[in-house]
Amino acid sequence: MSAILALDRVSKSFGPIRVLHEVSFDLHPGEVHALIGENGAGKSTMMKVLAGYIAPTAGTVRRDGEAVAFPSSRAAEAAGIIMIHQEFNLAPQLTVEENMFLGREKKRGPFLDKRAMRAEARRLLERLDCPVDPDARVSDLSVPARQMVEIARALGRDARVLIMDEPTAVLTGRETDILLDQIDRLRASGTAILYTSHKLDEVARISDRVTVLRDGHVTLQAPTRDLNQHRMAEAMVGRELSDLFPAKTAPGAETVLEVKDLAVPGHVEGASFTLRRGEVLGFAGLVGAGRTELMEGLVGLRPSTGRVRVMGRALPPGSVRAAREAGLVYLTEDRKEKGLLLGKGLRENLTLLALDRFTKLRIDRRAEETALDRAIETFDIRAGDREMAAGNLSGGNQQKLLLAKTMLAEPEIVIIDEPTRGIDIGTKQQIYAFIRDLAASGKSVIVVSSELPEVIGLSDRVCVMARGRIAGEVAGEDITEAAILRLAMGYDEEAA
Amino acid sequence: MTEATATAPGRPLWKRLNFHVLGPLLALIALIILGASLNPNFLSYANITNVLARSAFIGIIAVGMTFVITAGGIDLSVGSMAAFVAGVMILAMNALLPAMGVSVWVIVIGILVAAFTGLAAGLLNGLLIAKMRIEAFIVTLGAMGIYRSLVTWLADGGTLSLDFELRGLYRPVYYDGLFGVAWPIIVFALVAILGELAMRHTAFGRHCAALGASEQVARYSAVKVDRARITTYALLGLLVGLATIMYVPRLGSASGSTGVLWELEAIAAVIIGGTVLKGGFGRVWGTVTGVLILSLIDNILNLASIVSPYLNGAIQGVIVILAVVLQRERKSAD
Repeated sequence: MSAILALDRVSKSFGPIRVLHEVSFDLHPGEVHALIGENGAGKSTMMKVLAGYIAPTAGTVRRDGEAVAFPSSRAAEAAGIIMIHQEFNLAPQLTVEENMFLGREKKRGPFLDKRAMRAEARRLLERLDCPVDPDARVSDLSVPARQMVEIARALGRDARVLIMDEPTAVLTGRETDILLDQIDRLRASGTAILYTSHKLDEVARISDRVTVLRDGHVTLQAPTRDLNQHRMAEAMVGRELSDLFPAKTAPGAETVLEVKDLAVPGHVEGASFTLRRGEVLGFAGLVGAGRTELMEGLVGLRPSTGRVRVMGRALPPGSVRAAREAGLVYLTEDRKEKGLLLGKGLRENLTLLALDRFTKLRIDRRAEETALDRAIETFDIRAGDREMAAGNLSGGNQQKLLLAKTMLAEPEIVIIDEPTRGIDIGTKQQIYAFIRDLAASGKSVIVVSSELPEVIGLSDRVCVMARGRIAGEVAGEDITEAAILRLAMGYDEEAA
Repeated sequence: MTEATATAPGRPLWKRLNFHVLGPLLALIALIILGASLNPNFLSYANITNVLARSAFIGIIAVGMTFVITAGGIDLSVGSMAAFVAGVMILAMNALLPAMGVSVWVIVIGILVAAFTGLAAGLLNGLLIAKMRIEAFIVTLGAMGIYRSLVTWLADGGTLSLDFELRGLYRPVYYDGLFGVAWPIIVFALVAILGELAMRHTAFGRHCAALGASEQVARYSAVKVDRARITTYALLGLLVGLATIMYVPRLGSASGSTGVLWELEAIAAVIIGGTVLKGGFGRVWGTVTGVLILSLIDNILNLASIVSPYLNGAIQGVIVILAVVLQRERKSAD
């Protein structure tokens, strides 16, 4: 079978920076092709070239064997090549049906043919086994449901090639399963699918072939069945990978945080737990179990009731500032919306949380610069230019900057929500090492994560949440995937 | 994965001097050259003092407006607020006259009343916006109508005039000065310098920019978001009071038409100066340049008889729109 879409020795440069080096690649109908690589390896650029968003500097894009140059993504869409972005392209205030037909509304005379559009929308969603109402507003949908709407919209445009940028990054295990089933079904119906993911187990499970990019070069291209995850990871990183998780050190005896009967109205009830000095405490659970809300309530970002004691002292509720001053800080899971000022420089971002440390009457700019130097070194932040805007950093470097910003407040207790979301494996390893180092140096860490291997590999003890409550706790050798899942799904109650 | 570089403040000087920063300054220089070539009196001491002293009111208010806009807000009520403050101040001084006689203390109390009234009005705007979570546009649009109506009511549809003898005592605050520099100019300069320091070198200025860029990020970064927002409006109110203190001795009266369209000129000056209307980035020096540009245009139209001075508003309008277009050009150039 001939390739439906191919790249022939394609290069792409932005100014003097070469992002892709003579990349050759082909995609066949009915194939799921995984594109993997570290952040900054050129995956996004390659996908954008394929989807007609940007033109290559050299080389040719071929569709059905013929050289094509899409003048715009719209032209590529018309040819059946559709890209689904990580940040969805849906208008939140419009309904599902309105979004699906945006720009190509069906009409009867001068008026919209609502009935036909609704029926078509329902048909497409049903094809995906997706129980979303076409009349629902997108803003009311969950993230995975939005993803399904995106895919349904692509199908409605007769997608022959579907390009997905990290579709599972924001999904939980179960939601990922559903998505992978859909991908399977699309493959069976002859759609060619290219997708990127940082989750190698998923790549191994679903894809037919794998292309690995490193620094804009293809370093590996092979059928998935000939590869294992270790081989993929090494091709991405370009060096031997030692163990992903560092060794655990024993926590101290002193209790630094004591939470009793904490409730966040509408999300969390009766949460009680303690944290010891030098301990890494994991928080696992399904998305929507209330983990983020619990932490936000704890540090004063949401209204909450209950008792919180930091180092034995009661923490007044509702004040992020008071929590910070008591030595308790929270690092958000949403680094783009809540973590960093994307349009501002590294320095302004770095010092925002701990700005009073740099201020007498006026801000000490030189001390800020020194702090930035130190942060760049300590956290290995790779910025092309220290005056660049934070939004132009790659995801991994943004996360490192956010970590640096949080640590500048010199906290005793750090709550890190989804420490490695959307981050490549090399950076992940750095962040894991950093978290364990932190614990070894006598600080205490709470890690909230939806990635079970991460929770298991890092934590001394794990609290599992289900439906707004802490369903149970596992420690030491008992921290296993099965034990956590049992608690998260609420099986224990049935067994008892 | 593009290593795009962004133009941000803080780079080497030659890189920072982009058109965006230089634009308003070049426009100002061009206006000065134009004015000087059209009328020999343009650069005279009397004319320069006149232009600067008259621009001081809008200038003092515009510095406050820079903070409000940088923090992602807007205040449409400053013009009517100034009229209202002037009215209250004049009424207070006139009322004290029988008891205290013509004395400096009446004026001192009047000044305190004006400062307090401005501060309270600004604080009220800020509280409604930050605590009640009403859109700034709506709150200040409402306030604009309320203060305008109140001052007209206080003056009973006419003019509130300061007692003649008090006026004589108060006049020097506008007309006199220090070393030949008029008081309003000195006050404007001080406000501008302090404003620049606060914006660029204090935590408050940094917090305003963070708040305007993303309220969420600011909140998650332990910035006291509500307090910072209220402070910007209260500060602006206080500066409106200060501007009124400088304004009342000029005419010695207030009416329903005092301070009309001041909000427009203040906002225009801020935008011309390169502060981003959506918030997140503000430049006090730019605002000062913006104020001077606006008042020089007015002055040149009055001195030279090429274009009718009645078209002043139209020209100012064109310049504001042009300034925003240039701002956008810069964005896409990044």
